[in-house]
Amino acid sequence: MFKVLNLLDPLLVLSAALMGVTLYLIFQWVPTELNQGAVQRILYFHVPVAWGSMLGIFVVSGSSFMYLWKKNEKWDRLAVASAEVGVVFGGLMLLTGMIWARPVWAVWWTGEAKLTTALILFFIYVAYLMFRAYFPPGGQRQRLAAIIGVIGAIDTPIIYFAANLWSQAHPPIVTGPAADAESTLGSDLGMVLLASTLAFTFIFIYLVQTRYKIRKSEDDLVELKRTSTSSSMPAGAN
Amino acid sequence: MVSQATQLAVKAEVVVKNFGATSVLHDLNLELPIGEITVLMGTNGAGKSTLLRILATLTQVDSGTVSIFGADIATNGPAVRALTGSVLHSPMLYADMSVRENLMFFADMYRLENVDDLIAQTTVMVGIEPRIDDRVRTLSHGFQKRVALARALMHDPQLLLLDEPESGLDSQSVDRLDRILDEYRSSGRTVVMTTHIVEHALELADRAVVLFDGRVGFNSENPQRDREAIQEIYSANRISISSLESQPQ
Amino acid sequence: MKGSLAIIWAIGRKDLLLEIRNKEVVVSVAGFALLVLVIFTFAIDLNQGNAKLVGPGVLWAGIAFAGVTGLNRAFALEVENSTLEALMLAPISRDLIYLGKALGNFLFIAVAQIIVIPLFAVLFNLIVFRWEMLAIALLTTLGFSAVGTLFAAMSVRVRAREVMLPLLFLPVVTPLLMAAVESTSHMVNGRSWSDMAQWLQLAVAFDVAFIVVSAFIFQHILED
Repeated sequence: MFKVLNLLDPLLVLSAALMGVTLYLIFQWVPTELNQGAVQRILYFHVPVAWGSMLGIFVVSGSSFMYLWKKNEKWDRLAVASAEVGVVFGGLMLLTGMIWARPVWAVWWTGEAKLTTALILFFIYVAYLMFRAYFPPGGQRQRLAAIIGVIGAIDTPIIYFAANLWSQAHPPIVTGPAADAESTLGSDLGMVLLASTLAFTFIFIYLVQTRYKIRKSEDDLVELKRTSTSSSMPAGAN
Repeated sequence: MVSQATQLAVKAEVVVKNFGATSVLHDLNLELPIGEITVLMGTNGAGKSTLLRILATLTQVDSGTVSIFGADIATNGPAVRALTGSVLHSPMLYADMSVRENLMFFADMYRLENVDDLIAQTTVMVGIEPRIDDRVRTLSHGFQKRVALARALMHDPQLLLLDEPESGLDSQSVDRLDRILDEYRSSGRTVVMTTHIVEHALELADRAVVLFDGRVGFNSENPQRDREAIQEIYSANRISISSLESQPQ
Repeated sequence: MKGSLAIIWAIGRKDLLLEIRNKEVVVSVAGFALLVLVIFTFAIDLNQGNAKLVGPGVLWAGIAFAGVTGLNRAFALEVENSTLEALMLAPISRDLIYLGKALGNFLFIAVAQIIVIPLFAVLFNLIVFRWEMLAIALLTTLGFSAVGTLFAAMSVRVRAREVMLPLLFLPVVTPLLMAAVESTSHMVNGRSWSDMAQWLQLAVAFDVAFIVVSAFIFQHILED
């Protein structure tokens, strides 16, 4: 037996501590970027959650493939756990990106290749989760969900290539005050980003692990229900 | 060992099948020899139809192995399906094509030759030749069932799987079905069927397999002799299940 | 291999025969796409510059949305009388069923386009009767039917499958849609093959990848 929320989970303690350090670095330690102003600090959240959502997609694809190959439940649990966490991170990435882009690029959204790719992938993995929610439970649902995961992975390079070609044909409108200026922060920026990315990576792993455990106990519950209903019947007739 | 394995039409070992929280089959073991008519019996939800669907390769087992004429169905799908003919719950016909068009299409799917002669013979056998050019949509349920039987017999399968074939048939058609099944058995082929008419099944069958609680509860090699025992199990199951349901949780 | 091609063709021909009798898929796809085009002629002031600018996008968005309804319909047909199970009972490997159904869908969407594209030319006053258009339409339709057949087969057992199919289908075919719109846009602006070469190559890569992967993966979809 395990407790779902264990406040002394080493991973949780570690990510909380790292997050504290990161917050200090972002809001106290690192100086304000001169061209963009305070809004630049959003980058320290945006880049790590973007990294987390990519990690999520990567894990979904990998474990979907493994599920189709090995048919082991644990790969399905890992896929659904990282899809859910990855979609949350992806939503945060899109949101923080837009908040940052409005003052800096003077637009909320633009047809830049990475943005387009991120948005389409976000939709594919939202569809993945909706499919899981709508499909009747059982082995077939897991198999079909894994197929969507694999197809998303195959589609990713094609989407990126197309988005790249597209943004070459339609150069993104980036007219903000400081769009082309060099950063005034130098190596400080990289340092804070590194700390923040580490903190978010640990949170990502912690959340996926927790979701995985919940999924596992859901499966155990189903198993328990199944054995209890069949054993409550009288034994065979001979 | 090998020769013994090839004597069996169907061999199922520790088959498990769950649908979500419901366990349909668990640890089912079954061996059916070649050349017999076997009737699968059991209450609703005992797993008869699921077992037939597994034998027809439409449903995958969660664990365990099933082989038909010695070939594992998980790895020899197409080869096993070539030896098997199935009539399941639904007639599985294209409503807007005629009987002939349906049969010709499925003959293509089975890569059959001399299709015209074959269709002529089979439709006479099941008694649908007067309506061969009518659209399936216009046929009664009983007629559609007969067309489905024709589709299942066309490629001359060694193993015939029938899920309640009498439903929707009048007594004449049931007699015709019995003659077809008799002929089948006498030419050394195998039939596995379910039925809701227990009496009729016991007269016809060489073997009765009663499924209970996802397993084989009773395997009788002489259904006529074991008639009373089988019916007792039947009624006992009914009682035990209904009393179970009425118990407060 | 000869046997396999005969099976694929038999499934496609059967779909075509049913379609000739019901006219459900082609009429609904063409009708829906035409309505999209007509609504846009009111929504946008179509002077010559605008038509060239938005026309290709409107055309392919219309065909994509209309295609989804057709794909849904084409697979629902196999499920209504459980005939998909009869196909699964036949001693053929599952990839042939996939390829046969994809062939049927390809033919339906292609026929719908034969109706829609000339009317697009009329409504938007653009010249589309060129070899480029044929190549673009063929490549796009191939990709649509490859991905659409796979997802339609997956969505048949879903509650609210009318919603599920577009949610799965549209994001995945976005690269193909971009390729179709951009190449058509080059074409109506009178540019040459070489300008659209990269987009056509992308469409070919997409089609090849998804036909191969779908045929391979289809066996996992059918059994329950």
